[in-house]
Amino acid sequence: MSFATGLRCRKCGQEYPLQPLKVCDFCLSPVEVNYDYKAMSKAVSRDSIAAGPTTIWRYRDLLPVETKHEIDLGTGMTPLVKADNLGWELGLERLYIKNDCLTPTYSFKDRAVAVAVNKAKEFGFDTVACASTGNLAASVAAHAAKAGMKAYVFVPSNVEPGKLVGVSIYKPNLVTVEGSYDDVNRLCAEVAQRYNWGFININLRPYYAEGSKTLGYEVAEQLGWQSPDCVVAPAASGLLFTRIWKGLQELSMLKLIDPVNTHMYLTQAAGSSPIVKAHEAGSLHIHPVTPNTIVTSIAIGNPADGYYALMVARQSGGGAQDVNDEEAIEGMKLLAETEGIFAEAAGGVVIAGLRKLVQAGKIHKGQLTVAFITGAGPRTQEIVSDVVQPVKVEPNLKSFSEVAGVGV
Amino acid sequence: MAKKQVMFTFPHDLIKEPIIYLLSHKFEVVTNIRRADVTENRGWVVLELEGEDKEIDAGIAWVIEKGVRVDPIEGDIIEG
Repeated sequence: MSFATGLRCRKCGQEYPLQPLKVCDFCLSPVEVNYDYKAMSKAVSRDSIAAGPTTIWRYRDLLPVETKHEIDLGTGMTPLVKADNLGWELGLERLYIKNDCLTPTYSFKDRAVAVAVNKAKEFGFDTVACASTGNLAASVAAHAAKAGMKAYVFVPSNVEPGKLVGVSIYKPNLVTVEGSYDDVNRLCAEVAQRYNWGFININLRPYYAEGSKTLGYEVAEQLGWQSPDCVVAPAASGLLFTRIWKGLQELSMLKLIDPVNTHMYLTQAAGSSPIVKAHEAGSLHIHPVTPNTIVTSIAIGNPADGYYALMVARQSGGGAQDVNDEEAIEGMKLLAETEGIFAEAAGGVVIAGLRKLVQAGKIHKGQLTVAFITGAGPRTQEIVSDVVQPVKVEPNLKSFSEVAGVGV
Repeated sequence: MAKKQVMFTFPHDLIKEPIIYLLSHKFEVVTNIRRADVTENRGWVVLELEGEDKEIDAGIAWVIEKGVRVDPIEGDIIEG
């Protein structure tokens, strides 16, 4: 059963019953799911979790979903790998990679969408929707297909058709919008208000957010029920970053791990880094920017949870780091060459950001550090197409031996 | 009557301008401020606008033309 008791405004504390709700009616701030942690602590143990399925549903009691027959693509329990080769390159002795390339639609969004779509079903919606240029769209379309729900996916008309294959294969209603990025944002806000749909990151956002907590749960469990010393994760809207932290905090509150002393570091692409800029300026106000980066999966200029991500970075004794596009590409290549993981550019931002944090002396070599790789590379592989540099040979051994420099 | 919830972000040179007052006088739009943070060199206001669709849209277009950034309160909805 779920121990979710209602929704609560993160700013003014106003409480609401569990329902589709985009923001607090009073102060228009984000709302989040509230739980009866006392009752939850009596029902949840390390053993009860370990006895669950090898998916995010092993944490069912910590999520706001009631159904026992959840729509499930098999998301969760992705590998946490000890990254000795990359650690050696960066000067870290205890580096781990949480590899969320390995989810059903190849990004961490499956965690969040799994919870949101199940909740949409419980609320009686027959249609789910989102606005996305890639990962979120694929995840929503795939989950809707499995759930037998209708899906509407809105994308700006200038998105390359190739990027949409991984979305269209699930046969959602794909809507391309003639207009700028901001125009699409405005249209979707109006669509969400007008139609009785489950809009994944608008009126279902409080539930969507909760799915991301499972990244924190899994890492702690996979580390033998402990929280890491340092976390390095990408930040777009800031939601994922805050929910990794919330996941760790909840495990501690339930006495499943010791008190959390994790330093949380967020990373952004310099061309879309409003949270990093606010952190560097010592401000708590996130000034919206217009994204200009190739790292499109985290290019959010007006991050809904930016303020809260900033607070987590500050309160945890962590920080915020940006990297430029070239550094992000180098990070992608370094991760692939050392650990065999082909991440999307956001993963490159994490690795390049981690390198800078180590060089600046903020993360030390003995600290148990987890870098979160939240999406796979093939969806946007054209940005590293320069790696294809084959050796050309004639179809005989002599030619090959000459060119390759390998003795026959 | 429609309602639209938006965030205005004011650049430094518009901090002293009574933009919200003028918005509600130039257009048939009721403005209802819910949250705000305005200092001498920057400011943002989260507010609800109520009126006919065309009046709200024209009002927002005028505010943008004045140099104010206008965003949905949900933040960016398009995600990667």
